[in-house]
Amino acid sequence: MQDEPRPSEIIGAVAAFLKTVVVAETSGAVAFQARVAANALEMMRRQLELAVAEDAAEQGRLGALLAMDGDLMSLNRELAARIARGDMDLATPGLKAHLWATTLAKLAVDQPTYAAYRAVLAERGAEG
Amino acid sequence: MIDLAEGLGEVARRRLGGEAIAGLARLTAGATQEIWRFDLVTRVGARPLILRRAPGGERLSPSAVGLETEAELMIAAAAAGVPEPAILHVLTADEGLGHGFIMSFVEGETLGGRIARSDTFAETRGFLARQCGEILARIHAMDEAAFPGLTRSTPGELIARYLEAYRATDWPRPVFEVAFRWLEAHCPAPRAMTLVHGDFRNGNLMVGAEGVRAVLDWEIAHIGDPMEDLGWICAHPWRFGVIDKPVGGFGDREDLWAGYEAAGGAPVQRQEAHFWEVFGSMRWGVMCGGMAAAFRAADPSVERAVIARRTSENELDLLRLLAA
Repeated sequence: MQDEPRPSEIIGAVAAFLKTVVVAETSGAVAFQARVAANALEMMRRQLELAVAEDAAEQGRLGALLAMDGDLMSLNRELAARIARGDMDLATPGLKAHLWATTLAKLAVDQPTYAAYRAVLAERGAEG
Repeated sequence: MIDLAEGLGEVARRRLGGEAIAGLARLTAGATQEIWRFDLVTRVGARPLILRRAPGGERLSPSAVGLETEAELMIAAAAAGVPEPAILHVLTADEGLGHGFIMSFVEGETLGGRIARSDTFAETRGFLARQCGEILARIHAMDEAAFPGLTRSTPGELIARYLEAYRATDWPRPVFEVAFRWLEAHCPAPRAMTLVHGDFRNGNLMVGAEGVRAVLDWEIAHIGDPMEDLGWICAHPWRFGVIDKPVGGFGDREDLWAGYEAAGGAPVQRQEAHFWEVFGSMRWGVMCGGMAAAFRAADPSVERAVIARRTSENELDLLRLLAA
């Protein structure tokens, strides 16, 4: 077992350093790049925190949908191939729900402030 | 390649009737075209100008039309009534500055987020979509025969090209697979082809209070289905967070179409327009996905990596369009 603080905590601290100190001390392209770098680290922090559980859930859904075992990459390749061949489409039971769950999990890491993502969460929250 | 400031000074004296240049500054970072601002110093004063140049002066991707053709397109567009900066000089080989051209500086806003959201443009947003429709009708009425070098593509060929680009990334995306099947099933029948700007969207328009002052970035102009342009400006990536305003985050489709038809454009079919909006999300999604390879090769910047991670935004938009 590695020691604390955990990776996500340290990454968060580096992102905060870039965003507050470096951005304030620089200007123009460097300040812009520092802000982009901080955002990239925040994204990686979210991935470290969310991906293990989300990947396991995705793998479970894919296994059920495709009725086969495999790692995430090979299962996704198989699903892509079946859709490309026309063997599966949005009418296939479970596929639409799987695509939504997988895509929302990506957005939670990549771009949780994306307006369309917020809108979908709000709609789902209202329904739930 | 000679020093840019020195070379531009020479061009100013020999071609632009000036004495020198001053205040040369690069306006864009980024790996696509270089944009430089400078003042042409003459006996009567200083005139602000813009140099648009291929990165480092060299030609970029094979899909771009080339800076010389861009300049020709902008000159022809201006003659057709499209707002454009005046093209003052196209760089020649003997000048040693690479590929590019010099144009007049047009004051205005190009940042899509500000055009979509800032109070400054509240009134402008009321008529901007209609104006964009009128401008697109003029672009599509331009004589495409004057540009024999441009790529010609039917909608089906475009789908195939982006499918190939997606396959080349070798990264499975079931949502894209669904989108490609949908696009193939709903592909519009070929119609009379016109000149297509190819990147007519919020972010490539120079806007002032009275509306569009210049249509920029002609580098992926081609010959094809004119509805592509009407769909692209409505595609989700260019709404800058204002998702209930389909036209660039500032206007409504009906106004865009009304302006287009009133200015002589072909009647807009709702279904075809929808096809091109879906195509737009797929197209930008494939382009973002391709950034991962660019990040590992030509441009290992954090910015490039982060754009690659925006592919998922397009997957979400495609699901909202096709699997709501």
